[in-house]
This record gives sequence, C-alpha cells and structure tokens, in this order.
Amino acid sequence: MRKGELVYRSFERFWHWMQAALILFLALTGFEIHGSLPFFGFGNAVRYHAAAALCFLVLVAFAVFWHFTTEEWRQYLPTRKNLRAQAEYYLHGIFRNAPHPTRKHPLRKLNPLQKLVYAGLKVFLIPLMAASGLLYMVYRYPERHEVRSLTIGMLEPIAVLHTLGAFFMVAFLIAHLYLITTGQTLTSNLKAMVTGYEEFPEEPEPEAPATAAVQGGL
Amino acid sequence: MRRIGLFILAAAAAAFLMAVLLPGRSTAQPPLAALRARFQKKEKASIDHTRFAQLKQKFTRPQEVTAACISCHNGRHREVMQSSHWSWERLEYIQGKGIRPLGKKNALNNFCIGIAGNEPSCNKCHAGYGWADPTFDFQDPLLVDCLACHDNSNLYVKASGAAGMPDPAIDLSQVAQQVGRPQRTNCGTCHFFGGGGNNVKHGDLEKSLFDPSRDLDVHMASSGPDMQCVDCHTARQHRMLGKMYSISSMNRDRVECETCHGTLPHVDDVVNRHTLKVACQTCHIPEYAKEAPTKLTWDWSTAGRLKDGKPYEVKDANGVETYSSIKGSFTWGKKLKPEYVWFNGTAGHYMFGDPIDPGQTVKINELYGSYEDPDSKIVPVKVHRARQIYDTRFKYLIQPKTVSTQAGDGGFWKEFDWQKAASEGMKRIDLPFSGSYGFVNTEMVWPVNHMISSRERTVGCAECHTRQQGRLAALKGFYLPGRDYHPWVETFGTALIGLTLAGVLVHGSARVFFWRRRRRQ
Repeated sequence: MRKGELVYRSFERFWHWMQAALILFLALTGFEIHGSLPFFGFGNAVRYHAAAALCFLVLVAFAVFWHFTTEEWRQYLPTRKNLRAQAEYYLHGIFRNAPHPTRKHPLRKLNPLQKLVYAGLKVFLIPLMAASGLLYMVYRYPERHEVRSLTIGMLEPIAVLHTLGAFFMVAFLIAHLYLITTGQTLTSNLKAMVTGYEEFPEEPEPEAPATAAVQGGL
Repeated sequence: MRRIGLFILAAAAAAFLMAVLLPGRSTAQPPLAALRARFQKKEKASIDHTRFAQLKQKFTRPQEVTAACISCHNGRHREVMQSSHWSWERLEYIQGKGIRPLGKKNALNNFCIGIAGNEPSCNKCHAGYGWADPTFDFQDPLLVDCLACHDNSNLYVKASGAAGMPDPAIDLSQVAQQVGRPQRTNCGTCHFFGGGGNNVKHGDLEKSLFDPSRDLDVHMASSGPDMQCVDCHTARQHRMLGKMYSISSMNRDRVECETCHGTLPHVDDVVNRHTLKVACQTCHIPEYAKEAPTKLTWDWSTAGRLKDGKPYEVKDANGVETYSSIKGSFTWGKKLKPEYVWFNGTAGHYMFGDPIDPGQTVKINELYGSYEDPDSKIVPVKVHRARQIYDTRFKYLIQPKTVSTQAGDGGFWKEFDWQKAASEGMKRIDLPFSGSYGFVNTEMVWPVNHMISSRERTVGCAECHTRQQGRLAALKGFYLPGRDYHPWVETFGTALIGLTLAGVLVHGSARVFFWRRRRRQ
C-alpha cells in the first residue's frame, strides 16, 4: 500500500496530464499561427493545431461526463469561506511558513482561491476557447446558396477572442506552474498529481508550529 | 494500473495521429491523372489539306486564300467577323458608363497608347488584311485572315507596318495546304509581343512559351502535357474564351482553371478552403516574367531626345532597352512577384475624353472587387506604371500619332514633335486638342494568368500568413491569420503574461529570501 491518501484518481490524473500536454501543444502551434513564433511552419502548425483541438474537445467531453457522474464538479463551487484567509496566506503567511488555512482532503482538493480560478477556467475560459476555436474551424465563408449566418467578416472577432483567451491561458499556465510549489512541501502537489497519493500531516496541534516548520518547504 | 495508463496513452496517441491524418484528406482524388491522359493524346487532323485542288493553286493575294477557305468552310468567316479578333471591340457594360463598345479599336493603354492614326503598325496583328485606316471594310469576308491563326507550317508571317498584310515573300499556297488547329506559335506571334516587343505588356506571355520547360509552365511544357493555348482558350463559333481586362470589363467568357480541376482540387481541405477567396493563380504563379524581362514603367516624357539630330537607343548591361528616342525611358523586371488585388471579374476603364485630375495617378483600367464581395477573389496582377501625354487645358489623355507612313504626317516616331503628334492623333478620335500638353502618371493592371509553376514551387503558407512583409502585406481591410492581430489584445495579452511572470518571480524570490532567513535563525 502506498502511503497517504488517494487524492487524484487515475482518470483525473490522465485527464489532467493529457490536458496539460494538449494545452501546451495548442499554445505552441496557436501562437505560431498567430505569428508570434516560428516552429513547425505555418501550414503544419495549422494542421497540428486543428488535430490537437479535436483531441482536446474529446477529452473535454469525457471530463465533463466524469465531473458530473462523480459529482466532482462540486469541488469547484466557489465559496467565500476562508477566501480572505487564503489570500492573506499567499500574501503573508507563506513567507512566514504559516500553516495552510485550508486543509487539503480528497473531498476538498481546492482552496477557496483555487475554486474561484478553476471555476472561472471551466465556466469561462475553456468554453470560450472551445467555442471560438470551433467557430474558427467550421465557420462558413460566404458561399452562394449557402447559409450565410457566419460570413467571412466574422473571422476577425472570432480570431481576436480566441487570441485573447490564449493570452489568459498562458498567464494561467505560468501561475499554475508556480503554485505547484506551494503545497505542503515543494513537490507534494506535483507528486500527488503524478501518483495520485498525497501524505497529509497530522492535524497540527495549535501549540506546535515547530512541526510544520520542519515539514514545510518554501 | 500502469497497464491501464499505458493503454490510455497509446489510445490517445492513436487518436491524435488519426486526427492529424484524417480530416486533412478529401476522399475524392483530384483527377490529375485523368487530365494528364487526356492531353497526352494529341489530336490528329481528320483532313489532309494538301490534297485539296483549291489550295494547290498559285495565290497572288492573301484574299484569294480566304476565298479558297470559304469555298469549303462556307460559314466560318461569318463567325470570325462576329469575334473580337476581327472587330477589336465588344459591347461591354462598364460601371458608371453603361453599355459601350470596348476593345483595341477604341481603348487606350499606357504602352503605345492607342491604334488611332497608327493602324499600319498596330494592326499588323489584326486577324484581317489591310486595316490601315478607318475606311477598312469590316463587312468584306475576303479580308479575314484565316492563316494567321490556322497556319501550321510556321512559315506564315505578317509584314511589319503593312496593316495585317502578309510578308509578300511567303508562298501562300504552301501555307494554305498546311492549315489546322491553332498552335502556340499562331497565338504567340501576336500575344507574346504586345506593346512592341517580347513580353513587354503581359509579363506572363512571351516567346519562351513557344517551347517552354516545366519550370516555366506546367501545362504548356513541351516535355509534359504540351498544351496549346486553345486547349484552355476554347472557342465556340470562333468566339474564344478568355480576354484581357485592359480591353474588357464584364465577368463573362473567362477561362477558369476549375473547368478542368474542379472547385476543390487539393488533397488538403485547409488549402481547398482558400479557393473561396483566393484565385488559383495567386498561389500557383509565384513569379512571372520568369525568363525574359517585362516592362514595368514607361516614361513618355523623355521621348524625343536626339543625338546629332538622330534618334538613338540606350541599352543596359543585359541588352535591355532602357531608353529610346521614339518611346522614352523604361524600367524592366524579371522573375517578379506579382502584386495582388481583389477581383470579381468586372473592371473599369478610362476612355478617351474622360476628365482626369493631373495631380493624381490616372487609372486606365481598374479591377473591381473587395473582401466583402462574395464574388471576389485575390488575384495576382502586373501593374504597369507610366507617364504619358495629356491635354493640360482640356484635362484628358491624348491619343498621339506615333506611327508615320509618309513625311509630314505628324507621326512622332519620325518627327519628334509632340504638338503635331497630339494634334494629328486627336483629330483621328474626334476630340479637340487645346495645343498645350503635359505628362501625367498613369497605371494599368494586368491580371497574371500564365506561367503556372509546378506544385513544388507553389507559394507557401508563410509567404502570406506572416507578420513580416508578406505577399499580401499591401492588401488591407480584412483579417489574415498570421499577419493580423488586434493591437489592444496584443498589448493586453503581453502585459498580462509579463505581469504574471513578474508576480511569480517576485513571490518566489520572497519565499526563497524568507526561507533562507528562517534557516539561518
């Protein structure tokens, strides 16, 4: 038996890492299409981007199914409880090695700030990227004898929205990568997402902050 | 657990590969092989003209040949006389002008300007005999020149300055017995030399196409399909498909690649989607004037300089004429990237008498079209820029008389007197000349349709989809992925990423700093 508790089930881990790889790849190819970096060559970037986007949509479909069947979606319900404490932790406590105000638990994987950010990601950003991306791929050019609800003139707003979302996505990615290191230890979050298991310290005695200091990393 | 993970990963990789490979492929293969086979079979004439007694006679005048032709092909002359190769004009609807006859007969350009007063020289290329002045009888069938287009002997030549009459040295009987379907040599004799020399006008039509390599043109390549002009420029009752927008304005009778290649000719659907907004030529003619240079600018205002009272020419190191006393100064270009415009198949034209603004470049023809217009596509063009003579008081372009057939007739190429050339030329088009003239900048747009490159040389994606000066950099007013971006979104996005990075760095450094301090304590 592994030590610790199972926080992330196998599908969740698979979903997370697939999503991570796809988003990285989509960002790379997408920003090449956008004209920001040369890598695959424009034509290849377009093809790879479209292919990866289709994979991403399939993954999203499975993830949505999983979230609802397992009721995991409730994990993302924003709450105001502890919100201020969590913010203060990132602003002050973390430097003084104060304990996390929110205890991680398989039934409470996210702290209030994470809930907010991930809910935003799931409700706004990913739908925005998926919708604008789909429109980008399948919108109609003006064709005679065709439905012309989406004309080629729509290309600009679609592309601009998609780009805007992509910038947010990259910013999220940077912050997300950094925040991995803010778990119980420097690597405990990463380990948990790889193995699924995370060790949780004993419920700290209020009068024993020294224990936390030993365990706590940065 | 691990096995399941591996299985899932493998499945995902397979799904990704399929997603890459499948959606890009159309099931319908472009019928290239079928087309190749079609043009590999060369048609053999069903009739041997050498065996006709009518053609074995001794012809003293070319009109007698025409009579002999008509004696069997007894209705074809009427078709020819309905065609623009004969009439040099078509009834065209021109935006803002209504329905007008338009053609070489009455149009002007910014090369040799116009035929009025210059017929003996210009009309060498008329499909008729003897159009030397306006008295030419367009109703006389015997004046139709069958041989110019149907000579397959390569012996037939029209004489210079003879208004379409053949070189008197030619054995017409010999030529008449070797007639057939028009070859590239027939069409090229005129169409490759427009503007007074090889490749001067079009840039994509020149004598290298008599015997072209595959690099020059995939369709006409002698070693390949060896297609002839009339394989694409098909005709019904001698009315040819295809026309140049220097002398036509309507979206009709166009030669279209799609006729053979279909509307979705590519294997890759992303490329196919381009066909709705991008003409085939745009990607498939990466450069024109591939072998011989074409004229890009022509400044008439410097014409008329003489050395010791005599006209002269200046040639550059490559032997290309950069100045001639009779025509002025030129610049030329070779291996050129076309310019690009939106085009819906209709064009506007400057016509004699139209007022101009001498402060602005006069558009002698103009291709219409826009991004929003569903009928418009991006097409490649050659732009020919010139300075040419205009009436500074009446403010319109002048038809000068350039060709001189007899002393004192005012032809500029002999007398070098603009005053006289303008006066004589304007008489011929029934417009008054004020007596004062100047030179104004003009522009003509020539769609580039020939010299189709092989697939390997096709314009690549990033030649347009780029932030650097791409081929379409000058074509504004629409969103081109890879080229365009929203400046605010770009600034905001860059700032967002920058701030996030900065925040992470500051926060991380602070953590390291406090962690070290704690450790030291």
